[in-house]
Amino acid sequence: MIRNTILAAVAAFAVAGPALAEDPLRVGVEGAYPPFSAKEADGTLVGFDIEMANALCSELERECVLVEQDWDGMIPALRARKFDAIVASMSITEERRTQIDFSEKYYQSPARLIASNDADIEATAEGLAGMRLGIQRGTTHQCYAEKVFPDAEIVLYATEEEVFRDLAIGRVDAQLSNGLNLAEKYLSTDEGAAFGFVGGDQADLECYGEGVGVAVRQGEEELRDAISAAILVLRENGTYAEINDAYFPVDIYGGRPE
Amino acid sequence: MDLILEYRSQLVDGTVVTIQLALASLVVSLALGLLGAWAKLSSSRLAQRLAGIYTSVVRGVPDLVLILLVFFGGQVTVNAIGYSTGLWGYVDVNQFVSGFLTIGVIFGAYFTETFRGAIMAIPRGQIEAGISCGMPKSLIFRHVIWPQMVRYALPGFTNNWLVQLKTTALVSVIGLQDLVYNAFTAGRSTGQLFTFMAAAFVIYLFLTAVSDLALRALERRYSRGVVRAM
Repeated sequence: MIRNTILAAVAAFAVAGPALAEDPLRVGVEGAYPPFSAKEADGTLVGFDIEMANALCSELERECVLVEQDWDGMIPALRARKFDAIVASMSITEERRTQIDFSEKYYQSPARLIASNDADIEATAEGLAGMRLGIQRGTTHQCYAEKVFPDAEIVLYATEEEVFRDLAIGRVDAQLSNGLNLAEKYLSTDEGAAFGFVGGDQADLECYGEGVGVAVRQGEEELRDAISAAILVLRENGTYAEINDAYFPVDIYGGRPE
Repeated sequence: MDLILEYRSQLVDGTVVTIQLALASLVVSLALGLLGAWAKLSSSRLAQRLAGIYTSVVRGVPDLVLILLVFFGGQVTVNAIGYSTGLWGYVDVNQFVSGFLTIGVIFGAYFTETFRGAIMAIPRGQIEAGISCGMPKSLIFRHVIWPQMVRYALPGFTNNWLVQLKTTALVSVIGLQDLVYNAFTAGRSTGQLFTFMAAAFVIYLFLTAVSDLALRALERRYSRGVVRAM
């Protein structure tokens, strides 16, 4: 009797082991990067990434389990199989590709610089020489700043909000980040009114890669390709536009990959 | 202020997790601390050696490194063993369990030293007097060592506990939704980081103030019969 129970338990475990199509898809999200992902007062997750994750799951016909994870632990958690995919505005870069794999992009929004309206700053290597440039660490912006503004004094922070705080009190002269984010989260606020964009879009294939994709573990080509296909379906059936328009005045998908 | 009221359930949930984590890890570290102190003071060379390795390794490594190592490293190791042996597929290392165990193990090392110092402060003659009266070891421990050890250990204990309570904040890196994690997420979601950091500040201060009062009362209780030099 007991042996039968154990055998049944082992059999159930063995079946549950490999990922089946009916298994829920566990998706790592950040919950602290508005408007892409944020938390309501009652703890509900909202935002572009969150809705995109849910739309992808229903396109794949799998139940979605959103797992909240701090940004710094995002890739380790994916690799440790805490979840199966990351939908957290993570840019596809060569450096990250050495550790994890990516779907095709689901959006691509250019990086931009902001500074005080009174500041005499130009978005060039000479213009930023000796200036203190605030950036969120471990992001594509860090790679770009180190490459393009080598003479600027780069100051790294754990989050964008901390850069905003130091920009407001003058501890950094400029900030480099996602243009949409900067406009939505800072320039549109009362405090941000004294600040504005400097220069145009900052683009660089090596650092900024091909846009923002869904990350999966290496060797999971099947899941990766299914997600890439689902993104294109969402583009075509209008779901993408619906989600996009709820958050942004412009289409953030960018150009079609060649 | 309105925002804090709006997000109060998040803050309350986070505070509850912080308290649970602190108390659960306290139980682990007290047990390890007593065991470690016993081992260091025992006549067995092996026990002394093992306790020595434990306290030097744990006290020599940053808490954050240990937490990340146990949570992510432990997860990868457990699953790698499962895959290579084919015994199990995916086992989830629980955040709460790995969080309180790691903090418990870290602070067990500090408590080992606190308890060892406290036991050593008890005059050796009292224990010898107990032995010569024919008291069994357990009786000596209960009536001679324990009450005095607690009295000597309490100031160090209070110190360790306050640090331990605040160290629980480190688990937010492994995604455990404690007070710091929830305050941070709420702050970033609303763009009012400072407001929520201030709220977390007040809550932590409240928690430490309450434990300070409770421990001071305990200190008075265990100091009955001791005349203080004024």
